[in-house]
Amino acid sequence: MIFDGVGMTHFSRFLLAGLFALALAFPAQAAEKVIRLATTTSTAASGLLDAILPKFEAVCACKVHVIAVGTGKALKLGEDGNVDVVLVHARAAEDAFVAAGHGIDRRDVMYNDFVLIGPANDPAKIRDEKDVLAAMKKIADARQKFVSRGDESGTDLMEKSWWRALGINPAGQLWYNAAGQGMGEVLMMANEMRAYTLTDRGTYLSFKDKIALPILMQGDARMFNPYGIIAVNPKKYPDANYAGATELIRWITSDAGQKAIADFKPGGEPLFFPSAK
Amino acid sequence: MSLSEAALQALHMLLEGDPALWGIIHVSLRVCFFAMVLATPPAVALAFLLANFSFPGRRVLVVLVQTLQALPTVVIGLIVYFILTRNGPLGAHELLFTQGGMIVGEAMLAFPILAAMTLSALQGADSRVTETARTLGAGRLRAAWTLMMEVRFAVMAAIVTGFARVISEVGCAMMIGGNIAGVTRNITTAIALETSKGEFAQGIALGIVLVAVALVTNAGMALLQGKGGLK
Repeated sequence: MIFDGVGMTHFSRFLLAGLFALALAFPAQAAEKVIRLATTTSTAASGLLDAILPKFEAVCACKVHVIAVGTGKALKLGEDGNVDVVLVHARAAEDAFVAAGHGIDRRDVMYNDFVLIGPANDPAKIRDEKDVLAAMKKIADARQKFVSRGDESGTDLMEKSWWRALGINPAGQLWYNAAGQGMGEVLMMANEMRAYTLTDRGTYLSFKDKIALPILMQGDARMFNPYGIIAVNPKKYPDANYAGATELIRWITSDAGQKAIADFKPGGEPLFFPSAK
Repeated sequence: MSLSEAALQALHMLLEGDPALWGIIHVSLRVCFFAMVLATPPAVALAFLLANFSFPGRRVLVVLVQTLQALPTVVIGLIVYFILTRNGPLGAHELLFTQGGMIVGEAMLAFPILAAMTLSALQGADSRVTETARTLGAGRLRAAWTLMMEVRFAVMAAIVTGFARVISEVGCAMMIGGNIAGVTRNITTAIALETSKGEFAQGIALGIVLVAVALVTNAGMALLQGKGGLK
């Protein structure tokens, strides 16, 4: 023992033992073909993907890695080539994504719809309003608390397009709270603040037991929320798993995939309606 | 579900070997371990260099290392994201959204803590250790090594602190790992997910698991130290 040995050998022996233990305890993951899917929080948090993807993985001998973020970030991940395929809901942003050459093979997959929820006593009086723009204007005019996603998600983009159509710029106003968080967090925030908010029906239904805000307005055609799936352009990223992306797109728009979506009924109510043509 | 019910249920799942829960713990421990293995040697080497040699820019480097301890985890996540993204300098290795990527990020997080704490231990050590070693005929390097051995428990403390920082952070793990179920979902990102789903009790139960894991790990390190440092 050259150097003041005891401590050192002790330490290095521990380190070696630890390394061996880890090597044994954590075998390397089996080399399955991985498809990276960037998608919105609504598809993941509602439990839809957990319900349908195992059916796809059973027939494709692959593994789908789901990265659940807002639509804006999901498209950005696709643009940067960090995922192979995106499943999002923001038609204008999707078309821009394809037009810019970031993605190809866009297909309709399914839709659900948005609803406006708020405190039961409805201080802005939007209940039974038929036109979503009129309802939003009432909230703004009454200066009632509104929680916005504020995260460039599909929900956020839709809400912002309505404010734009109304010629209202709510940013920075006292009643307008841009949370910058996912749908679930925003629902909880709106519940705590007794505020209005815009939510997709799927996430709302899965939170119904936890929040005390009823649906106050629904049914306007503008609140239609279509989901599209897009493969990341293999010309731009030759390393991307385009074959896997194509396989997923084919399956999710096939009869089997569409049926799996229709059959997803947590609590007895369907959350998404298949719409592939 | 009340908090105590959720905590009890989490403990049950833990004891019954629930594969999903243990998978999450695996990811946390594995990433932490390799991040520490990756960060410790260069951090200790840097501290060694800064403590024993004077060179131009040394003080700037010391202040820099100490400042980097304050770097928010999401900023490290962001920096590592830009390094690992497909168009980035290391994009070809496809490390984004993998455990490998998380290890790189967490190692960057632990590095300044390890370096700064080791450095302060070396600076605070009794200078007579070096002098005695020199008198006994040791060369400069050999004397510096003796000093290093003298402060090995402080280095262990630095490792414990670095480990605590790495296993408890969520920003970097979320950005680089992506919270992929069964692959990069660790204890903290799972807590964030449960919170976003409004399952606060589940989140707290996982938090209790995290503390339990930290307790076992630290107890293990304490055993390893034996009676070392007892005065």
